[in-house]
Amino acid sequence: MFISQNFEMDSFSQNPEFTIHSFFTFLDTTIMAVEFEGGVVIGADSRTTTGAYIANRVTDKLTPIHERIFCCRSGSAADTQAIADAVTYQLGFHSIELDEAPLVQTAASLFREMCYRYREELMAGIIVAGWDPRRGGQVYTVPVGGMMTRQPVSVGGSGSSYIYGYVDSNYRAGMSKEECLKFTAEALTLAMERDGSSGGVVRLAVISEQGVERQVILGNQLPKFSTV
Amino acid sequence: MATVSVCQYHRGGFSFENCKRNALLEADINKLGFSSPAARKTGTTICGVVYKDGVVLGADTRATEGMVVADKNCSKIHYISPNVYCCGAGTAADTEMTTQIISSNLELHSLSTGRLPRVATANRMLKQMLFRYQGYIGAALVLGGVDSTGPQLYSIYPHGSTDKLPYVTMGSGSLAAMAVFEDRYRPNMEEEEAKRLVRDAIAAGIFNDLGSGSNIDLCVITKGKVDYLRPHDVANKKGVRTGNYRYKHGTTGVLTKAVTHLNLEVVEESVQTMDTT
Repeated sequence: MFISQNFEMDSFSQNPEFTIHSFFTFLDTTIMAVEFEGGVVIGADSRTTTGAYIANRVTDKLTPIHERIFCCRSGSAADTQAIADAVTYQLGFHSIELDEAPLVQTAASLFREMCYRYREELMAGIIVAGWDPRRGGQVYTVPVGGMMTRQPVSVGGSGSSYIYGYVDSNYRAGMSKEECLKFTAEALTLAMERDGSSGGVVRLAVISEQGVERQVILGNQLPKFSTV
Repeated sequence: MATVSVCQYHRGGFSFENCKRNALLEADINKLGFSSPAARKTGTTICGVVYKDGVVLGADTRATEGMVVADKNCSKIHYISPNVYCCGAGTAADTEMTTQIISSNLELHSLSTGRLPRVATANRMLKQMLFRYQGYIGAALVLGGVDSTGPQLYSIYPHGSTDKLPYVTMGSGSLAAMAVFEDRYRPNMEEEEAKRLVRDAIAAGIFNDLGSGSNIDLCVITKGKVDYLRPHDVANKKGVRTGNYRYKHGTTGVLTKAVTHLNLEVVEESVQTMDTT
Protein backbone atom coordinates (compact mmCIF):
# COMPACT_ATOMS: atom_id res chain seq x y z
CA MET A 1 0.00 0.00 0.00
CA PHE A 2 2.67 2.49 -1.05
CA ILE A 3 1.88 5.90 -2.44
CA SER A 4 2.50 6.15 -6.21
CA GLN A 5 6.16 6.30 -7.17
CA ASN A 6 6.46 8.95 -9.82
CA PHE A 7 8.93 11.14 -7.93
CA GLU A 8 12.43 10.22 -6.76
CA MET A 9 11.33 7.89 -4.00
CA ASP A 10 13.70 5.01 -4.74
CA SER A 11 15.57 5.60 -1.49
CA PHE A 12 12.27 5.50 0.35
CA SER A 13 10.82 2.30 -1.04
CA GLN A 14 14.11 0.39 -0.89
CA ASN A 15 14.86 1.40 2.66
CA PRO A 16 15.00 -1.98 4.48
CA GLU A 17 13.86 -0.40 7.71
CA PHE A 18 10.49 0.51 6.38
CA THR A 19 7.73 -2.00 7.08
CA ILE A 20 4.01 -1.51 7.14
CA HIS A 21 2.68 -2.41 10.58
CA SER A 22 -0.75 -3.85 10.25
CA PHE A 23 -2.56 -1.38 12.50
CA PHE A 24 -1.60 1.95 10.96
CA THR A 25 -4.67 3.79 9.80
CA PHE A 26 -3.95 4.74 6.23
CA LEU A 27 -5.48 7.32 3.97
CA ASP A 28 -4.45 5.37 0.89
CA THR A 29 -6.45 7.53 -1.26
CA THR A 30 -7.14 9.47 -4.34
CA ILE A 31 -6.74 13.22 -3.98
CA MET A 32 -6.72 15.86 -6.66
CA ALA A 33 -6.49 19.61 -7.12
CA VAL A 34 -6.97 21.77 -10.22
CA GLU A 35 -6.29 25.48 -10.73
CA PHE A 36 -8.72 27.59 -12.70
CA GLU A 37 -9.07 31.29 -13.38
CA GLY A 38 -10.14 32.74 -10.05
CA GLY A 39 -9.51 29.79 -7.73
CA VAL A 40 -8.94 26.09 -7.29
CA VAL A 41 -11.07 22.96 -7.22
CA ILE A 42 -9.98 20.23 -4.82
CA GLY A 43 -11.36 16.74 -4.41
CA ALA A 44 -10.81 13.51 -2.51
CA ASP A 45 -12.41 10.14 -1.85
CA SER A 46 -13.52 9.25 1.69
CA ARG A 47 -11.95 5.95 2.69
CA THR A 48 -9.58 5.30 5.64
CA THR A 49 -8.30 1.76 6.09
CA THR A 50 -6.61 -0.29 8.82
CA GLY A 51 -5.37 -3.29 6.91
CA ALA A 52 -8.36 -4.63 4.99
CA TYR A 53 -10.97 -3.02 7.25
CA ILE A 54 -12.41 0.37 6.39
CA ALA A 55 -12.09 2.32 9.62
CA ASN A 56 -13.96 5.36 8.31
CA ARG A 57 -15.98 5.33 5.09
CA VAL A 58 -16.91 9.02 5.22
CA THR A 59 -13.53 10.62 5.96
CA ASP A 60 -13.00 14.26 5.17
CA LYS A 61 -9.53 14.46 3.66
CA LEU A 62 -9.92 18.10 2.61
CA THR A 63 -8.64 19.87 5.68
CA PRO A 64 -8.85 23.65 6.13
CA ILE A 65 -5.50 25.19 7.02
CA HIS A 66 -6.69 28.77 6.77
CA GLU A 67 -9.77 30.58 5.52
CA ARG A 68 -8.92 30.11 1.84
CA ILE A 69 -6.19 27.48 2.02
CA PHE A 70 -6.90 23.75 2.17
CA CYS A 71 -4.79 20.65 2.10
CA CYS A 72 -5.63 17.23 0.69
CA ARG A 73 -4.15 14.45 2.84
CA SER A 74 -2.87 11.04 1.78
CA GLY A 75 -0.63 8.50 3.48
CA SER A 76 -0.69 7.84 7.21
CA ALA A 77 -3.78 9.30 8.86
CA ALA A 78 -1.98 10.02 12.14
CA ASP A 79 0.99 11.69 10.45
CA THR A 80 -1.09 13.89 8.15
CA GLN A 81 -3.48 14.94 10.91
CA ALA A 82 -0.57 15.87 13.18
CA ILE A 83 1.22 17.79 10.41
CA ALA A 84 -1.95 19.60 9.36
CA ASP A 85 -2.66 20.64 12.97
CA ALA A 86 0.89 21.93 13.39
CA VAL A 87 0.84 23.88 10.11
CA THR A 88 -2.62 25.31 10.89
CA TYR A 89 -1.22 26.70 14.11
CA GLN A 90 1.93 28.06 12.50
CA LEU A 91 0.06 29.65 9.60
CA GLY A 92 -2.56 31.19 11.89
CA PHE A 93 0.18 32.72 14.01
CA HIS A 94 2.00 33.98 10.93
CA SER A 95 -1.18 35.49 9.51
CA ILE A 96 -1.87 37.38 12.75
CA GLU A 97 1.69 38.70 12.75
CA LEU A 98 1.33 39.84 9.14
CA ASP A 99 -2.20 41.13 9.69
CA GLU A 100 -3.18 39.90 6.25
CA ALA A 101 -4.22 36.68 4.51
CA PRO A 102 -1.27 34.26 4.20
CA LEU A 103 0.05 33.14 0.82
CA VAL A 104 -0.67 29.61 -0.39
CA GLN A 105 3.04 29.30 -1.08
CA THR A 106 3.75 30.03 2.59
CA ALA A 107 1.42 27.22 3.67
CA ALA A 108 3.03 24.87 1.17
CA SER A 109 6.49 25.85 2.41
CA LEU A 110 5.52 25.10 6.00
CA PHE A 111 4.28 21.67 4.93
CA ARG A 112 7.45 21.09 2.98
CA GLU A 113 9.66 22.11 5.92
CA MET A 114 8.02 19.56 8.17
CA CYS A 115 7.71 16.78 5.61
CA TYR A 116 11.33 17.10 4.53
CA ARG A 117 12.87 17.51 7.98
CA TYR A 118 11.13 14.44 9.33
CA ARG A 119 11.02 12.52 6.07
CA GLU A 120 12.39 9.30 7.65
CA GLU A 121 9.69 9.22 10.30
CA LEU A 122 6.70 10.42 8.30
CA MET A 123 4.55 8.98 5.57
CA ALA A 124 2.57 11.89 4.19
CA GLY A 125 1.64 12.91 0.65
CA ILE A 126 -0.06 16.29 0.73
CA ILE A 127 -1.53 18.63 -1.89
CA VAL A 128 -1.86 22.24 -0.71
CA ALA A 129 -4.33 24.36 -2.64
CA GLY A 130 -6.02 27.70 -2.12
CA TRP A 131 -6.53 31.26 -3.19
CA ASP A 132 -4.66 34.35 -2.12
CA PRO A 133 -5.02 37.93 -3.34
CA ARG A 134 -1.49 38.13 -4.70
CA ARG A 135 -1.32 35.14 -7.04
CA GLY A 136 -4.89 33.86 -7.26
CA GLY A 137 -5.63 30.14 -7.27
CA GLN A 138 -2.59 27.91 -6.74
CA VAL A 139 -1.90 24.18 -6.30
CA TYR A 140 1.32 22.98 -4.68
CA THR A 141 2.13 19.31 -4.27
CA VAL A 142 4.28 18.00 -1.40
CA PRO A 143 4.65 14.26 -1.98
CA VAL A 144 6.34 11.65 0.26
CA GLY A 145 9.95 12.72 0.77
CA GLY A 146 9.28 16.42 1.12
CA MET A 147 9.66 17.93 -2.33
CA MET A 148 7.45 20.90 -3.18
CA THR A 149 6.40 22.04 -6.61
CA ARG A 150 3.59 24.12 -8.08
CA GLN A 151 1.43 22.39 -10.69
CA PRO A 152 -1.73 23.48 -12.51
CA VAL A 153 -3.25 20.07 -11.82
CA SER A 154 -2.04 17.53 -9.31
CA VAL A 155 -3.18 14.07 -8.24
CA GLY A 156 -1.97 12.01 -5.31
CA GLY A 157 -2.54 8.89 -3.27
CA SER A 158 -2.56 5.24 -4.24
CA GLY A 159 -5.47 5.72 -6.66
CA SER A 160 -3.68 8.41 -8.60
CA SER A 161 -1.67 5.85 -10.58
CA TYR A 162 -4.84 4.81 -12.37
CA ILE A 163 -5.83 8.25 -13.57
CA TYR A 164 -2.62 9.86 -14.82
CA GLY A 165 -3.62 8.99 -18.38
CA TYR A 166 -7.12 10.40 -17.93
CA VAL A 167 -5.85 13.59 -16.30
CA ASP A 168 -3.05 14.20 -18.82
CA SER A 169 -5.35 13.72 -21.79
CA ASN A 170 -8.40 15.61 -20.47
CA TYR A 171 -6.84 18.61 -18.76
CA ARG A 172 -6.95 21.85 -20.70
CA ALA A 173 -5.66 25.20 -19.47
CA GLY A 174 -8.36 27.81 -19.02
CA MET A 175 -11.22 25.54 -17.93
CA SER A 176 -14.13 27.12 -16.10
CA LYS A 177 -15.14 26.30 -12.53
CA GLU A 178 -17.92 23.94 -13.62
CA GLU A 179 -15.64 22.16 -16.08
CA CYS A 180 -13.03 21.71 -13.37
CA LEU A 181 -15.62 20.29 -10.98
CA LYS A 182 -16.81 17.80 -13.59
CA PHE A 183 -13.21 16.90 -14.49
CA THR A 184 -12.26 16.30 -10.85
CA ALA A 185 -15.40 14.30 -10.05
CA GLU A 186 -14.92 12.05 -13.06
CA ALA A 187 -11.22 11.50 -12.41
CA LEU A 188 -11.86 10.60 -8.77
CA THR A 189 -14.70 8.27 -9.73
CA LEU A 190 -12.48 6.39 -12.16
CA ALA A 191 -9.75 6.05 -9.57
CA MET A 192 -12.20 4.88 -6.89
CA GLU A 193 -13.57 2.21 -9.22
CA ARG A 194 -10.14 0.70 -9.78
CA ASP A 195 -8.27 1.29 -6.54
CA GLY A 196 -9.28 -0.86 -3.58
CA SER A 197 -7.94 1.65 -1.09
CA SER A 198 -10.14 4.46 -2.44
CA GLY A 199 -13.90 4.63 -2.23
CA GLY A 200 -16.94 5.95 -0.43
CA VAL A 201 -18.13 9.38 -1.47
CA VAL A 202 -16.45 12.13 -3.49
CA ARG A 203 -15.83 15.30 -1.53
CA LEU A 204 -15.27 18.46 -3.57
CA ALA A 205 -14.48 22.04 -2.63
CA VAL A 206 -14.09 25.22 -4.64
CA ILE A 207 -11.84 27.90 -3.15
CA SER A 208 -11.97 31.37 -4.61
CA GLU A 209 -12.06 35.01 -3.61
CA GLN A 210 -15.71 34.55 -2.58
CA GLY A 211 -14.79 31.85 -0.08
CA VAL A 212 -15.16 28.07 0.06
CA GLU A 213 -18.06 26.04 -1.38
CA ARG A 214 -18.10 22.39 -0.36
CA GLN A 215 -20.08 19.57 -1.87
CA VAL A 216 -20.44 15.82 -1.53
CA ILE A 217 -21.28 13.38 -4.31
CA LEU A 218 -22.76 10.21 -2.82
CA GLY A 219 -22.00 6.75 -4.17
CA ASN A 220 -25.15 6.39 -6.22
CA GLN A 221 -24.79 9.87 -7.74
CA LEU A 222 -21.26 9.37 -9.09
CA PRO A 223 -20.79 9.78 -12.86
CA LYS A 224 -21.23 6.51 -14.74
CA PHE A 225 -18.73 5.13 -17.23
CA SER A 226 -19.45 2.39 -19.73
CA THR A 227 -17.09 -0.30 -18.46
CA VAL A 228 -17.62 0.14 -14.72
CA MET B 1 20.12 7.15 -5.52
CA ALA B 2 21.55 5.57 -2.39
CA THR B 3 20.67 6.80 1.08
CA VAL B 4 23.59 7.67 3.30
CA SER B 5 22.61 6.93 6.88
CA VAL B 6 24.34 9.24 9.28
CA CYS B 7 24.56 8.26 12.92
CA GLN B 8 22.73 11.15 14.52
CA TYR B 9 22.32 11.56 18.21
CA HIS B 10 18.77 12.46 19.09
CA ARG B 11 18.54 15.83 20.72
CA GLY B 12 15.51 15.70 22.97
CA GLY B 13 12.39 13.74 22.08
CA PHE B 14 11.95 10.05 22.63
CA SER B 15 14.43 7.31 21.79
CA PHE B 16 12.91 4.08 20.60
CA GLU B 17 16.23 2.21 20.30
CA ASN B 18 15.34 -0.19 23.10
CA CYS B 19 12.44 -1.46 21.06
CA LYS B 20 14.85 -3.13 18.62
CA ARG B 21 16.75 -4.65 21.53
CA ASN B 22 13.50 -5.92 23.04
CA ALA B 23 12.54 -7.55 19.78
CA LEU B 24 15.88 -9.38 19.65
CA LEU B 25 15.57 -10.45 23.29
CA GLU B 26 12.09 -11.78 22.67
CA ALA B 27 13.36 -13.90 19.81
CA ASP B 28 16.23 -15.24 21.97
CA ILE B 29 14.01 -16.01 24.96
CA ASN B 30 11.81 -18.24 22.86
CA LYS B 31 14.85 -20.24 21.77
CA LEU B 32 15.78 -20.85 25.43
CA GLY B 33 12.31 -22.17 26.13
CA PHE B 34 10.96 -19.36 28.29
CA SER B 35 8.17 -17.06 27.24
CA SER B 36 8.20 -13.31 27.67
CA PRO B 37 5.46 -11.93 29.95
CA ALA B 38 2.31 -11.13 28.03
CA ALA B 39 0.82 -7.67 28.42
CA ARG B 40 -2.72 -7.78 29.63
CA LYS B 41 -4.90 -6.69 26.73
CA THR B 42 -8.51 -5.78 26.77
CA GLY B 43 -9.35 -7.66 23.54
CA THR B 44 -12.56 -5.86 23.51
CA THR B 45 -15.70 -4.53 22.02
CA ILE B 46 -16.31 -0.85 22.63
CA CYS B 47 -18.64 1.43 20.77
CA GLY B 48 -20.48 4.70 20.88
CA VAL B 49 -23.46 6.35 19.25
CA VAL B 50 -24.71 9.93 19.02
CA TYR B 51 -28.46 10.19 19.56
CA LYS B 52 -30.96 13.01 19.89
CA ASP B 53 -29.99 14.31 23.33
CA GLY B 54 -26.40 13.09 23.72
CA VAL B 55 -24.15 10.07 23.38
CA VAL B 56 -24.34 6.46 24.53
CA LEU B 57 -21.04 4.64 25.13
CA GLY B 58 -20.88 0.87 25.54
CA ALA B 59 -18.24 -1.70 26.44
CA ASP B 60 -17.88 -5.36 27.35
CA THR B 61 -16.07 -6.31 30.59
CA ARG B 62 -13.51 -8.98 29.74
CA ALA B 63 -9.76 -8.42 30.15
CA THR B 64 -7.49 -11.12 28.70
CA GLU B 65 -3.87 -12.10 29.33
CA GLY B 66 -2.99 -14.15 26.30
CA MET B 67 -5.67 -16.85 26.13
CA VAL B 68 -6.72 -16.56 29.78
CA VAL B 69 -9.39 -14.22 31.11
CA ALA B 70 -7.57 -12.06 33.65
CA ASP B 71 -10.58 -10.05 34.79
CA LYS B 72 -14.18 -11.09 34.24
CA ASN B 73 -15.60 -7.76 35.20
CA CYS B 74 -13.24 -4.91 34.42
CA SER B 75 -14.44 -1.41 33.79
CA LYS B 76 -13.55 -0.10 30.35
CA ILE B 77 -15.50 3.14 30.40
CA HIS B 78 -13.18 5.67 32.00
CA TYR B 79 -14.01 9.03 33.49
CA ILE B 80 -12.40 12.00 31.78
CA SER B 81 -14.52 14.87 33.07
CA PRO B 82 -18.08 15.24 34.37
CA ASN B 83 -19.39 15.51 30.81
CA VAL B 84 -16.84 13.39 28.93
CA TYR B 85 -16.18 9.65 29.20
CA CYS B 86 -13.81 7.43 27.24
CA CYS B 87 -13.93 3.70 26.41
CA GLY B 88 -10.55 2.02 25.99
CA ALA B 89 -9.40 -0.98 23.96
CA GLY B 90 -5.88 -2.34 23.55
CA THR B 91 -3.35 -2.67 26.36
CA ALA B 92 -5.23 -2.30 29.65
CA ALA B 93 -2.48 -0.36 31.44
CA ASP B 94 -2.09 2.04 28.54
CA THR B 95 -5.79 2.90 28.31
CA GLU B 96 -6.06 3.26 32.10
CA MET B 97 -3.04 5.54 32.50
CA THR B 98 -3.61 7.58 29.35
CA THR B 99 -7.19 8.38 30.31
CA GLN B 100 -6.15 9.24 33.86
CA ILE B 101 -3.39 11.58 32.67
CA ILE B 102 -5.68 13.39 30.26
CA SER B 103 -8.43 13.53 32.89
CA SER B 104 -6.04 15.27 35.32
CA ASN B 105 -4.78 17.69 32.70
CA LEU B 106 -8.31 18.44 31.57
CA GLU B 107 -9.41 19.24 35.12
CA LEU B 108 -6.52 21.69 35.49
CA HIS B 109 -7.37 23.19 32.11
CA SER B 110 -11.01 23.50 33.09
CA LEU B 111 -10.08 25.29 36.33
CA SER B 112 -7.88 27.61 34.32
CA THR B 113 -10.56 28.46 31.74
CA GLY B 114 -13.39 28.46 34.25
CA ARG B 115 -15.54 26.47 31.84
CA LEU B 116 -16.83 22.94 31.45
CA PRO B 117 -14.24 21.10 29.32
CA ARG B 118 -14.99 20.34 25.69
CA VAL B 119 -14.82 16.94 24.05
CA ALA B 120 -12.66 18.39 21.27
CA THR B 121 -10.10 19.48 23.87
CA ALA B 122 -9.88 15.97 25.30
CA ASN B 123 -9.55 14.65 21.74
CA ARG B 124 -6.68 17.05 20.97
CA MET B 125 -4.83 16.15 24.14
CA LEU B 126 -5.22 12.41 23.57
CA LYS B 127 -4.21 12.48 19.90
CA GLN B 128 -1.15 14.67 20.54
CA MET B 129 0.04 12.38 23.33
CA LEU B 130 -0.49 9.18 21.34
CA PHE B 131 1.24 10.65 18.26
CA ARG B 132 4.21 11.66 20.39
CA TYR B 133 4.64 8.02 21.39
CA GLN B 134 4.36 6.90 17.75
CA GLY B 135 1.93 4.06 18.43
CA TYR B 136 3.93 2.42 21.23
CA ILE B 137 1.13 3.27 23.65
CA GLY B 138 -1.44 0.68 22.61
CA ALA B 139 -4.57 2.61 23.39
CA ALA B 140 -7.52 2.62 20.97
CA LEU B 141 -10.20 4.85 22.42
CA VAL B 142 -13.81 5.85 21.87
CA LEU B 143 -14.26 9.31 23.35
CA GLY B 144 -17.74 10.73 23.84
CA GLY B 145 -19.42 13.57 25.67
CA VAL B 146 -21.71 16.55 25.59
CA ASP B 147 -20.48 20.12 25.83
CA SER B 148 -21.59 23.60 24.85
CA THR B 149 -21.21 22.72 21.16
CA GLY B 150 -23.42 19.64 21.44
CA PRO B 151 -22.89 15.87 21.67
CA GLN B 152 -19.72 14.58 20.03
CA LEU B 153 -18.08 11.20 19.46
CA TYR B 154 -14.49 10.53 18.43
CA SER B 155 -12.53 7.37 17.71
CA ILE B 156 -8.82 7.63 18.52
CA TYR B 157 -6.26 5.16 17.17
CA PRO B 158 -2.95 4.21 18.86
CA HIS B 159 -0.88 6.14 16.31
CA GLY B 160 -2.78 9.33 16.99
CA SER B 161 -5.30 9.65 14.18
CA THR B 162 -8.87 10.54 15.10
CA ASP B 163 -12.24 10.47 13.38
CA LYS B 164 -15.31 12.42 14.39
CA LEU B 165 -18.34 10.29 13.54
CA PRO B 166 -21.96 9.64 14.58
CA TYR B 167 -21.22 5.99 15.43
CA VAL B 168 -17.93 4.22 16.09
CA THR B 169 -16.67 0.83 17.24
CA MET B 170 -13.18 -0.27 18.34
CA GLY B 171 -11.43 -3.37 19.62
CA SER B 172 -11.26 -6.96 18.44
CA GLY B 173 -15.06 -7.19 18.36
CA SER B 174 -15.44 -3.96 16.40
CA LEU B 175 -16.42 -5.65 13.15
CA ALA B 176 -19.28 -7.54 14.81
CA ALA B 177 -20.49 -4.37 16.54
CA MET B 178 -20.15 -2.27 13.37
CA ALA B 179 -22.30 -4.78 11.50
CA VAL B 180 -25.12 -4.10 13.97
CA PHE B 181 -24.63 -0.34 13.74
CA GLU B 182 -24.57 -0.25 9.94
CA ASP B 183 -27.83 -2.16 9.91
CA ARG B 184 -29.82 -0.24 12.52
CA TYR B 185 -28.31 3.20 13.06
CA ARG B 186 -30.53 6.20 12.33
CA PRO B 187 -29.76 9.84 13.07
CA ASN B 188 -31.61 11.45 16.02
CA MET B 189 -32.71 8.28 17.79
CA GLU B 190 -34.52 8.32 21.11
CA GLU B 191 -32.61 7.34 24.26
CA GLU B 192 -34.17 3.88 24.66
CA GLU B 193 -33.55 2.99 21.05
CA ALA B 194 -29.96 4.20 21.24
CA LYS B 195 -29.33 2.18 24.41
CA ARG B 196 -30.83 -0.93 22.83
CA LEU B 197 -28.67 -0.43 19.71
CA VAL B 198 -25.45 -0.09 21.72
CA ARG B 199 -26.40 -3.04 23.92
CA ASP B 200 -27.00 -5.19 20.85
CA ALA B 201 -23.76 -4.08 19.21
CA ILE B 202 -21.72 -4.99 22.30
CA ALA B 203 -23.62 -8.27 22.58
CA ALA B 204 -22.66 -9.06 18.99
CA GLY B 205 -19.03 -8.50 19.95
CA ILE B 206 -19.34 -10.57 23.14
CA PHE B 207 -20.90 -13.59 21.49
CA ASN B 208 -18.93 -13.56 18.24
CA ASP B 209 -15.45 -12.48 19.37
CA LEU B 210 -13.29 -14.58 21.68
CA GLY B 211 -11.51 -11.53 23.08
CA SER B 212 -14.76 -9.99 24.38
CA GLY B 213 -17.14 -11.37 26.97
CA SER B 214 -18.99 -11.13 30.27
CA ASN B 215 -21.26 -8.18 30.86
CA ILE B 216 -22.29 -5.03 28.99
CA ASP B 217 -21.61 -1.63 30.54
CA LEU B 218 -23.33 1.47 29.23
CA CYS B 219 -22.74 5.14 29.81
CA VAL B 220 -25.43 7.59 28.72
CA ILE B 221 -24.23 11.20 28.61
CA THR B 222 -26.65 14.05 28.14
CA LYS B 223 -26.47 17.76 28.85
CA GLY B 224 -26.12 17.97 32.60
CA LYS B 225 -26.58 14.28 33.40
CA VAL B 226 -24.55 11.06 33.14
CA ASP B 227 -25.99 7.57 33.67
CA TYR B 228 -23.18 5.14 34.31
CA LEU B 229 -24.93 1.77 34.03
CA ARG B 230 -22.54 -0.88 35.26
CA PRO B 231 -23.65 -3.51 34.54
CA HIS B 232 -26.41 -2.65 32.19
CA ASP B 233 -26.84 -6.22 31.07
CA VAL B 234 -25.36 -9.32 32.66
CA ALA B 235 -25.15 -11.22 29.41
CA ASN B 236 -23.08 -14.08 30.82
CA LYS B 237 -24.28 -15.27 34.20
CA LYS B 238 -22.19 -17.95 35.89
CA GLY B 239 -24.14 -21.20 35.80
CA VAL B 240 -25.44 -22.97 38.92
CA ARG B 241 -23.86 -26.35 39.59
CA THR B 242 -26.34 -29.19 39.52
CA GLY B 243 -24.23 -31.64 41.57
CA ASN B 244 -22.24 -31.39 44.79
CA TYR B 245 -18.96 -32.95 45.82
CA ARG B 246 -19.57 -32.46 49.56
CA TYR B 247 -20.18 -35.66 51.49
CA LYS B 248 -22.49 -35.91 54.49
CA HIS B 249 -21.09 -36.51 58.01
CA GLY B 250 -20.88 -40.21 58.61
CA THR B 251 -20.09 -41.18 55.00
CA THR B 252 -16.63 -42.21 56.17
CA GLY B 253 -16.69 -44.44 59.24
CA VAL B 254 -14.57 -43.12 62.19
CA LEU B 255 -12.53 -45.88 63.94
CA THR B 256 -10.67 -43.95 66.68
CA LYS B 257 -10.64 -40.38 67.93
CA ALA B 258 -7.89 -38.68 70.01
CA VAL B 259 -8.20 -35.05 71.21
CA THR B 260 -5.08 -33.05 72.29
CA HIS B 261 -5.68 -29.68 73.97
CA LEU B 262 -3.26 -26.88 73.21
CA ASN B 263 -3.04 -24.70 76.37
CA LEU B 264 -2.07 -21.23 75.22
CA GLU B 265 -1.52 -18.27 77.59
CA VAL B 266 -2.26 -14.73 76.53
CA VAL B 267 1.12 -12.98 77.00
CA GLU B 268 0.39 -9.47 75.82
CA GLU B 269 -2.66 -7.68 74.52
CA SER B 270 -2.73 -4.22 72.94
CA VAL B 271 -5.51 -2.39 71.17
CA GLN B 272 -4.85 0.14 68.38
CA THR B 273 -7.87 2.15 67.35
CA MET B 274 -8.13 3.15 63.67
CA ASP B 275 -9.40 6.60 62.81
CA THR B 276 -12.41 5.83 60.62
CA THR B 277 -13.87 9.34 60.44
